[in-house]
Amino acid sequence: MTLGRVVGRVWATVKNRPLEGQRLLVVQPLTPELSKTGKPLVCTDAVGAGAGELVYWCKGKESSFPFLPVEVPTDATIVGIVDEVHAQRAKANERAC
Amino acid sequence: MLIARVIGDLVATQKHDSHHGRKALIVQPLNLDGSDRGDAVVALDSVDAGIGDRVLLVTEGYSAMTSVGRPESPIDMAVIGVIDRIDLG
Repeated sequence: MTLGRVVGRVWATVKNRPLEGQRLLVVQPLTPELSKTGKPLVCTDAVGAGAGELVYWCKGKESSFPFLPVEVPTDATIVGIVDEVHAQRAKANERAC
Repeated sequence: MLIARVIGDLVATQKHDSHHGRKALIVQPLNLDGSDRGDAVVALDSVDAGIGDRVLLVTEGYSAMTSVGRPESPIDMAVIGVIDRIDLG
């Protein structure tokens, strides 16, 4: 999964039928330090995320599983709303593979 | 799979049912020289890995969800091993 922030919403009245009733949220991927990384994308939402919330999302076929038995044509779904992130990177010299 | 290091974790009370009961770790994939390989990701833990551990990360959904015993669930990454040693060359 990947960290992100909900930065918008997409409305589409004409769409593939199983998408009806699905919320389409614009998400900006983030690093654990909460800085932007990569480009925004549109995710379906399985947990009721709101604008501005810190979330994490799943990609691929698995992202359609929360909506079964409806086969929703999605490749990215928000699966969690983040309360806290703790990330502590080792200093460069401590890092050995 | 990828070699990675666990650099943290995240708390999410509101999440998909299949994620409950599993730690969500912040994991940084590594190159062989230990430098960062792309962005850090969120992975469910299937081996009780700790922060700072060097781990084996699977980044494809089917293996990820089966490794945590949750078929047909929205999980696309999981920590599936704690690395003891890597021999190269």
